[in-house]
Amino acid sequence: MFAKMLLTRKMTLPNGKIVVEMRSMTPLVILLLIGFGYGSIQITGFDLQVLINRIGQFFVIIQEMIPPTWAYIPQVWRPLLDTIKMSLLGSLLGAITALPLAMLAASNITKTKWVSSTVKFILSILRTLPTLVVALIATYIFGLGTLAGTVAIYLFTIAYIGKLLYEQIENANLDAYEAMHSMGLTTIQSFRYAVFPQILPNYLSTSLFCFEGNVRYAAILGYVGAGGIGLLLNESLGWRNYSNLGMILLMLVVVVYMIESISEYYRKKLT
Amino acid sequence: MNAIDKQYHLEPNRRFSQIITGLILIILFGWSVSAIQFEQLATNGLTIAKNILLGLVQPDVELLFNFTNGVPYLLIETMAIAFLGTIVGAILAIPLAFLSASNIVPKPVASIVRILLVFIRTIPAIVYGLMFIRVTGPGPFAGVLTMSLTSIGMLAKLYVDVIEDLDTSILESMESLGCTVMEKIRYGIFPQLSVLFLSIIIYRYDMNLRDAAVLGLVGAGGIGAPLIFAMNSYRWSEVGSILIGLVVLILIVEYISNKIRTKLVRG
Repeated sequence: MFAKMLLTRKMTLPNGKIVVEMRSMTPLVILLLIGFGYGSIQITGFDLQVLINRIGQFFVIIQEMIPPTWAYIPQVWRPLLDTIKMSLLGSLLGAITALPLAMLAASNITKTKWVSSTVKFILSILRTLPTLVVALIATYIFGLGTLAGTVAIYLFTIAYIGKLLYEQIENANLDAYEAMHSMGLTTIQSFRYAVFPQILPNYLSTSLFCFEGNVRYAAILGYVGAGGIGLLLNESLGWRNYSNLGMILLMLVVVVYMIESISEYYRKKLT
Repeated sequence: MNAIDKQYHLEPNRRFSQIITGLILIILFGWSVSAIQFEQLATNGLTIAKNILLGLVQPDVELLFNFTNGVPYLLIETMAIAFLGTIVGAILAIPLAFLSASNIVPKPVASIVRILLVFIRTIPAIVYGLMFIRVTGPGPFAGVLTMSLTSIGMLAKLYVDVIEDLDTSILESMESLGCTVMEKIRYGIFPQLSVLFLSIIIYRYDMNLRDAAVLGLVGAGGIGAPLIFAMNSYRWSEVGSILIGLVVLILIVEYISNKIRTKLVRG
């Protein structure tokens, strides 16, 4: 559509044939980006002068974080483990719940159109809600604590894995599935033996990847009172106790990096 | 024994590994349930859940369509924060990505930069937000800086994968033709990377939009702050209209970005 609006260049080849060269879209894209960029600068009040003059303040906090208070470690362990437990439980339950939902959402397994589109719609709405907002709502319903955080992670995991999974199912080869169906197996049975083995490696690796991300998300959930290490984070930020904050962040980074390396190793093996 | 039975008996026995995996999962499950405190269940949880749902069904229509300081303006501000943050992050991530690609720089340099990137990626956005508020004061400007810093971590990681897959035979053939370094970069490297980088940047914009909605929690601009205020004062119809606006915006942006990305990748 846009390509037609741009000027094209006509060239006559030696044999008299006329070739039309399409102009590149790049100048238009750059123009648009500059326009959006200018608008954004106006709206957000981005000011390079302020940034250059005051960026030192940013490093003041980092300097206060070093050295971290090593004596704080024993108090960090429990919330940190809580964070991991929250994300583990949420991811595990979410991954299990996502499977039947993905089956319902896949339009080639669920032939009833309104069912599959409704499930898809619910999944995409769950996915768009920021985890922190869901956690905040959950604290109102389930009270302050780890349960609210787990619920938030659970819902996000369902939406994330559910979406990737139903796309996988829709792209899967259904020949064996149909053959089994015609032999008289039920939908669930034929799904189990014909489609499930095809999507299993991807399902597991998506779940691992989601768990990885969830640990990172879970770390901030405590900020709204949903349990885990975020509570400590909030506390040290509030008291401006930056060397404690440094310790928390250091431990968080180490643990997340370890989980990431382990899960990356298994994901490479799976694919 | 017929052929089918023979083949059937050839199937490796996986029962043992399946049982082990199941046991590990059950142990992990039991271990993680120990963190959940059920006794703190709020007693009036159900009424609040009902109120939230009612708020979502009956949103504050006036707020939803008030263009001067209602939901649309807040959404545009959130989009602007995410946009500027993504652009700045995308530019800053490029040198870092090249510095951490093991086929470009020596191994020790690459691993040091990688560790730095892990730090940048893992520290929660809220912490950055509070640090930048000290630089710029509360407002969307702090949000932009936070977004750019958090984007660097993930963008650089994804860039590196692309850079390490770079087809070097093109560069060798250009070298044999006598091209200068700049020409090699312009015609050998740039065309290979630009499309994939763009696709990564658009994907990140999607994510940043979601994160920018949260930054308001610490006063770094965007739609987060009004959302939190409305929630803390139990004005559920306001919450409903903000959430509806946010979800619709994110869905639209996601749809457009998916369209652009498939077009970019397929050429």
